[in-house]
Formats: sequence, C-alpha cells, structure tokens
Amino acid sequence: MSVSSATRTPVSPTTATTDRRTARWQARAGRHAGRVARRLLIWVGLGALVLAVLYPLLWMVFSSFKDNQEVFASPWGLPGELRWHNFALAGNAGVVRYFVNSVIVTSASILSTVLVSAWAAYGLVRLRVPFEGAFLGLLLGGLMLAPTVALIPLFGLLQQLHIYDSYWALIVLYTAFRIPFTTFLIRAYMIDIPSEVDEAAKLDGCSTTQAFWQVILPMCRPILVSAALLQALFAWNEFVFALVFISSGDLKTLPVGLMDMQSRLLTDWPVQFAGLTMAALPMIVLFLIGQRQFLRGLTDGIGK
Amino acid sequence: MNTTSMRWRSLAWVLPAMVLLLVFVYYPIVENLRLSLFSWNAFSVRPTFVGLDNYRTAFGDPIFWRALRNNTVFAIVSLICQVGFALVLAAVLEEFVHQRLRGILRTIYFIPAVISITVAGILFSFLYNPQIGLVNRLLGAVGLESWQHSWLGEPGTAMGSIIAMSQWQSIGYTAILFVVAIQRIPSEMHEAAKVDGAGAVRRFFAVTVPMVREMTTLITILTISGAFLVFNEVMVMTAGGPSNSSQVLGTWLYRNAFLNDDMGYASAIATVIFVITLAVGALQIVVSRRRRIEW
Repeated sequence: MSVSSATRTPVSPTTATTDRRTARWQARAGRHAGRVARRLLIWVGLGALVLAVLYPLLWMVFSSFKDNQEVFASPWGLPGELRWHNFALAGNAGVVRYFVNSVIVTSASILSTVLVSAWAAYGLVRLRVPFEGAFLGLLLGGLMLAPTVALIPLFGLLQQLHIYDSYWALIVLYTAFRIPFTTFLIRAYMIDIPSEVDEAAKLDGCSTTQAFWQVILPMCRPILVSAALLQALFAWNEFVFALVFISSGDLKTLPVGLMDMQSRLLTDWPVQFAGLTMAALPMIVLFLIGQRQFLRGLTDGIGK
Repeated sequence: MNTTSMRWRSLAWVLPAMVLLLVFVYYPIVENLRLSLFSWNAFSVRPTFVGLDNYRTAFGDPIFWRALRNNTVFAIVSLICQVGFALVLAAVLEEFVHQRLRGILRTIYFIPAVISITVAGILFSFLYNPQIGLVNRLLGAVGLESWQHSWLGEPGTAMGSIIAMSQWQSIGYTAILFVVAIQRIPSEMHEAAKVDGAGAVRRFFAVTVPMVREMTTLITILTISGAFLVFNEVMVMTAGGPSNSSQVLGTWLYRNAFLNDDMGYASAIATVIFVITLAVGALQIVVSRRRRIEW
C-alpha cells in the first residue's frame, strides 16, 4: 500500500518512508499480536490438560481424607481434617492383603522375567545357539500374541499343573508373556557391549557362565533396571489373568481385589478413595524416582 | 570338548525362555483354535465336535456384532486422540515450551499411564457417578443441566464414557513416545525450514510429521490392536452393561466362558480376536518392510 501510494501521488520522500515504516510496524504488530494469541492459546491448552490430568487424581487423594458427608457437600475442596483412619479401614477391608499379594507376585515375576530373558539374550547375542532363527521368530511372534486369546486353554492347563488359584499361576504367566519384550530389550543393549569384554574375562580364567554373571550382567545394569521397572508396572497392574486364575479372596492382587472391594463397600466413598490412593501411590512414586529408566526402557523397547 | 557339544550346551541359555513361551503362550493359542470347534463347558466329560457351529453362532449373535462395533469405535477414537492429538501435543511441547518446564509437563502428562486401569476405571466411575461425581456437578455449574447423565448407567453414554477414560489414561504415554521420535529429528532440518521462512505450523507438517512416520506407524498398530483387546476398563466400569450396550469382544468372551459356561462359543470369540490382532500385526510387518525397501 505504501509503495503504490508513493509511486502514484507525488508525496515527499520522507512521508513515503514514514508511511512504509508505519505499515511495516503495523504488520509486525499484527504478527506479534497473532503470535501472542497463539502462545496464549497454547498455554491455556497445556494448562487445561494439566488440570484434566491432575485434578481427578487430587480429587481421589483429597476425598480419601474426607468423611462421607464432606464427599457430597464439598466435592471440590480440601478435606476439613486429615482422617487417616480411612486408610486403616481400607487396609482392613482387604487392601493390605491385596497389596501384599501384589508385592509377592510382582517381585517374583520381576526376578524370573529378567533372569530368564537375560539368559536368553546372552545366548542369542554371544553363543551360536541351535535353531537361533526359529527362536527369534518365536520371540517376535510372542510380542503380538494377546493374553485374552490364550485364556480358555490356560484355564485347563493351569488346573492340570495344579497351580490354578496360586501365586505360581500369575508368576509363571507374567514371566512367559513378558519374555519376548524383555529379551529384545536386553538383547539390544547387550549387542552394543564389545565381545572383547567376554574374551578378556575368559583370558582371566572365567567360564562362559562366570563371564555372564560376573562381567556381562553387571555391565547391563542400566537396562536391567529399566526392564525390572517395566515388568513391575505390568505385573502390578495386570488384570485379566489375575481375574480368571485366582479365585480365593486371600490371594487376589490389587487390580482385582479393588474391584471386589468396590462392590462390597458400595457407598462408603472415603474408604473406597483411600483404597484407590493406596493402590496408585507406589507406582507413581516409583515412576517419579525412576523416570529416566522407565522412559529408556519404553523407548528402547518400542523403537528397535 | 568339541564344538558340536558346545553348541548344544549353549541351548541351555535359551531353553527356559523357549519352554515357557511354547507351553504358556503358543500351546494355549493353538489349543484355542481346536477348542473352538467343540461344544463344551467346564464340566463336560466329552466335548462334542460341532465343526464351525460356534462361529455360526457368533455371526448370528447381535451382541457379538455390537461388541465388534464398540471395539471399532474404540479404535477410531483412540487413533484420533493417541495418534493425532498426541503428536500435536508432543510437537507443541518441543516447539514452544522452555526445556525445564517441558520436563515437568511431560512427567505430569505421563502419570495416568502408571496407575492401573482398575484404579483409573474405578476413579472415573466415581467421577461419572450421579451422586458424588464431578462431571455432572461441573455441567450443572456452567448451566448445562440438560447434559447431565447417569453416564455409566445409560446405554447411550456408557461406551463413550469408558472410551473417554481410556484416552485420559494413555494420551501422555503416546505423547512421550512422539516426543522421543521428534527429538531424534536432526535439528538442521528445522533450522533449514526456519531459514526458508516456514512457520511452526508449516514445519509441523513439512518436517515433523514425515520424520516421525515410523513412530506413527508403530503407535497406530499398537493403538488398533489395543482397542480390539480392551477388557479391563469395561470390566471395571460396566462389565458390558447396561443391557450389553458396552460389551466388547473381550468381555463377551469372558461372560460366555466363565458366567454362561459356553466354553466353545467363547473359544470362537477368542479366535476372532486372534485373527484381528494377527492381521494388524501382519500389516505392521508389511508396512515396515515396504518402507525399508523404499529407503
């Protein structure tokens, strides 16, 4: 606009430049305003998402300290006082029992999954294993197979093996179904360890087995931690197997136990909330502490 | 010691993993195919061979089709949120947010993914609850009383409410995966586009989207197969009700196997799930192989 006006009408050069400068300034201001508006939009969006993610969780924690009346009367706010006995009640209603069961099953399956997978990964990376191709194929296929599909035959199989309705049922299944993922995760890490490391260990008089335990396994520590954390997340939260293969109330793990509790306690809201809080907290804390290892495991496992 | 015996001894390393996989993963899945050809229940002494009858039952069962449709809707909504929205979220985090704050936001968005589906499901069933839930109160507070529902208690809203909960839980997770993929893009590419005068939106479509294509494929596959395997959310929030309106393949299988005691029919449903996930898996292999040849 300023250019055309400057050429058509005889205006003094100075006015033309001012004109042009104003136009440019206006354009810049416009762009600037647009940018500010966009930034504002982005921040409102990100903030709303934070609220949407955190508020339900805060509501859960706040409500677990309230009494029933407060849950109804002031649902949005902080509890009037910290009623810790809600947690004691939830604990007695079964949460402690479920919690212990979850800890047992989760830790046992972490140990077995990581060990069996690390063994297999070592064999695949360092030794010339017979049927290596077939085994890799089985692992790859295993990544895609879903627990639901195996549910009905497993029901019969576990009964025949006399481990139905026991910790073993869950430990064995949590291990078997997670071997493919965990083995690939550890294998990808082991491949990057130079084979000179093993050779040096063997020169020092180590057998293959000793080299694995004393040299390779310690070197794999970072990825073993990631693998353990991801297995913890899986086993702690697993639901289908825990629902179908455990029938005694005493052996139930948290995900199924909480569901049972919900139908037992019905409208005893604060105690319900306390139970949920107790179940959710360990994993949130574990995640906040081991965030880096969590994410490395996730991205390495999924990316390769 | 000769090399052959050493090779066989090395089998000991992979044997535990292989045995566990074969016995507890592969055998049951093959056995399921066989069982789906019989009519049997938990107490039947001798299952009777019925051929494809169980599959005929499935294809003539309106609830089976509703379940399949619910799974499909689940997959479509999840694709929009987990692939579309999560990618935008990841790009916005990387483009506009200062590094330190970015880490905090990522952590916050990820938290729902580490709590169990059961906890999230029960928590949301409380949020949707007409007596104590916040959803109806929020609607009431902004004058939308007419939008209030007994969310999980009405056939029209139950499935949608479950799907919404699932999006809440997994969006941060997929966004993080996209963040990692975006960080792997060489920074020169964005710099070059900036020099050419491309704005943030333009660069998102011209640089980010094509460069994270591999991750997009992967998340698409995971999201689709996840949507057809969904079970926990539905079981905790509605168990398929009211009047089977939120039934999905997984819960319909469970109901027939362990409540209606029609194991043969349940095995047939399991096979359908198996075929769907297999097809999705095969699709991934085809797509990733074609891409490898392309490059």
